[in-house]
Amino acid sequence: MVIAVRPEPGAAGTPPKLEGEEELLLTGSEAIAQALRLADVDIVAAYPIRPYDAVMQAVAAMIADGKMDCEYIVAEGEHSQFELVKHASAVGARSFVGSSGVGWFYAFEAIAVTAGLRLPVVANVGNRALDDPGAFGVEHNDALAVRDLGWLMAWVETGQEAFDLAVIAYKVAEDPRVMLPCAVSTDGAFLTHSQHLVKIPPKSVIDQYLPPYNLGDRLFHPDNPITIAPQVDQDWLTEIRKQNDAAMRRAPEVIREAYREYYELTGRQKEPFIEEYMTDDADYVLVGQGTIAMPGRVIVRRLREQGHKVGFARLKWFRPFPADEVVARLSRFKGVGIIDRDYSFGSPHHGGVLFTEFRAAFYDSPKRPAMINIIGGLGGREFTASDGQEMFDLMQKASAGELKTNVHWIGVRE
Amino acid sequence: MPESGTAPSTTASWSVEVVYRGIFQKRLANRISRGVVLGARKEGKVGTAFARYGDSPERNGIPAKNFAVVATDEVTLEGSLARYEPESVDVSIVVDDTMCKGIESWAWYGVQPINKLIVPGGALLVTSDKEPEDLLHAIKVKPYDYTLIVVPSPIHAGVFAPEGSASFAGLWVDNDDNTDFNCLAAVARFAPQILSLDSVLAIVKERTSDDARVESVRAIYGQVKILQVKAGEGTSVSFEEYHKPGWTQMREGIIVEAQQVGTRNPLYKKWSTRTRRPLVNFDTCIKCTQCWLQCPDECFEVTPEGTYEVVYEACIGCSICAEVCPVPDCIVMVNELAFVDNDNLYPLYQQDPEAYRQLLQKHGIALHPELIEKAKKTSAVHQQPTYPAKKEVPVVAGGEE
Repeated sequence: MVIAVRPEPGAAGTPPKLEGEEELLLTGSEAIAQALRLADVDIVAAYPIRPYDAVMQAVAAMIADGKMDCEYIVAEGEHSQFELVKHASAVGARSFVGSSGVGWFYAFEAIAVTAGLRLPVVANVGNRALDDPGAFGVEHNDALAVRDLGWLMAWVETGQEAFDLAVIAYKVAEDPRVMLPCAVSTDGAFLTHSQHLVKIPPKSVIDQYLPPYNLGDRLFHPDNPITIAPQVDQDWLTEIRKQNDAAMRRAPEVIREAYREYYELTGRQKEPFIEEYMTDDADYVLVGQGTIAMPGRVIVRRLREQGHKVGFARLKWFRPFPADEVVARLSRFKGVGIIDRDYSFGSPHHGGVLFTEFRAAFYDSPKRPAMINIIGGLGGREFTASDGQEMFDLMQKASAGELKTNVHWIGVRE
Repeated sequence: MPESGTAPSTTASWSVEVVYRGIFQKRLANRISRGVVLGARKEGKVGTAFARYGDSPERNGIPAKNFAVVATDEVTLEGSLARYEPESVDVSIVVDDTMCKGIESWAWYGVQPINKLIVPGGALLVTSDKEPEDLLHAIKVKPYDYTLIVVPSPIHAGVFAPEGSASFAGLWVDNDDNTDFNCLAAVARFAPQILSLDSVLAIVKERTSDDARVESVRAIYGQVKILQVKAGEGTSVSFEEYHKPGWTQMREGIIVEAQQVGTRNPLYKKWSTRTRRPLVNFDTCIKCTQCWLQCPDECFEVTPEGTYEVVYEACIGCSICAEVCPVPDCIVMVNELAFVDNDNLYPLYQQDPEAYRQLLQKHGIALHPELIEKAKKTSAVHQQPTYPAKKEVPVVAGGEE
């Protein structure tokens, strides 16, 4: 598989090199660790599980080498790990945490409450299939399980983006208008353990970008006596959920602002929500998130060689789901193929999570392209060139009205 | 939808609540509310009984509620099933008379009157060995008439006293002493339209196969004490009104103001959990700090002499102070219902020590004059005031319920 690192679309050539910027060959996990160092993270709570644990190892190494100064707590399990950062965040510590697969699930109680309490913890989900049996490869169902709980959720593709987004995540999560936790998902193996050339800006740039974490009058401190999370009942919970809803609705604008500012400082990350590739004249578009974009673009180039007008679009933020932008950008195509590296058994189309969301986004649109679902890449399985051909054929047939079903499993042995 | 049948010509529904003390009386309350429905069923009515878990898992002694709704038909009943709990009740059954002073099951809502939900002409039914008049002085006034019914203990009434039967004082737990059946009989006496005495007795017979019990319940039916309460009768002691703010008014992140050190929550008193209260003999207190230290609710404050007084609004009556106090009869638990309010008692001692000593004696507490001199010689550990000046926390006013 060719890993294509390419210039930022829309940027005129390679962005200018910042003074003091260094370029390192890093895994996506190590890139996140670098971001944590420059973001002055106060506490990292860790508990090992593949593939997320590459981040905690990188952080531990930096602390041991005297390059990073933060509290590093190895919990006795993921539940405690996520409880630790939840509480640390409430007392004003910029917190980082992460997990994978069933480890993420073991922390679910703390994960759910962190969003309810509006604590801007940033987490890395090294996406991994849900056991059993001992599956370590990438699927997105682990992170996606929290999709309804009020976490901001982004998927990144490259080591560079992993670095950039770890920084941006704090900017967005800690914005007083938002104050929601943020999960940055990195595909297991393809990104967590694959090394990319990553540009690390000087600390002064990050300092300029990222204001200190400030909870204001929500700070849990003896000088500011408050009670957090008193018991509530049916008379209160509706209002609490409504507050979360309002915060999530404010998030898209905050994300746009955060990207704009980051782009001005670094010349990277121009597009906050959707990144398109070879779509200018395309009739068909494949859509996916995370590292699916890599084989996605390879597939697009192969198909282009055969004269097919096809492009790729990568969804960068899943929560908040950029429904308006999705509709505005994708309604111009004849056929859209949503690639899900996940599944949602028994969902309306018996398809994937993304597919269900994209379909819902288009319900009110006057222009709805033919839309099919590709389920594939499960457990870390590769997408191949012949998979790409199959996807394209399906999109063509769908737009011609020749398909009886709209969900298609790719690369599955019969 | 309920099955369509022959609808009665006139439809009606009745609501009953059972107010009980958490955990200890959970089974008792459940049996009473189920009994209302099962009894009414014998007369062709339909119904539902349910608990609401506002304070579940229940803390020991916390006021909690069960409900029963009975209706002439399924469609009418469905209107009640759709509600979280009844907005008003025809009968409120209270299985511990100390709750007549008010109940607080939810931290943010403050203490509420025991008869809050009773409709005009409804009934407050209390299990007690006291006279209705003696309970009424603790019960909040209503702007309309209602009936106060006291269900005496079978032992008191001399009709039924099974071996090992629970005492009828303090907490009534379901020790098979007929309390559940007696309450049902009292409901039948007041509101035969909900369920009749015959239905109640049939339930007793089915459940116990014991004719003596049936006759006991029949006797209680005749012995319940009934007082017609007029509008305005009772105590006019005020209860906090609570206000439920909108989502734009609430602090984000599920945050409420904490109490400053040395202040107490004006909306969360805790006292309604109490069936007994500790009385302190300030003459014999040796200022050892044990009560102050071991009280799980930080109820004790320091008097100018360095002795310790109970803040009764915060005391749940757990009796730990009485257990840890090393001085004989210096802290003694007494029946809560002897006290109408929850004011601190040290001011009484300060103004009139002899009157305070008489109060202790009235409750059968030995004064131990031989210990007074020794106690006087002990020195104070804490200087009063131990806490900074209390900060006034405004109570958000709401509309009259």
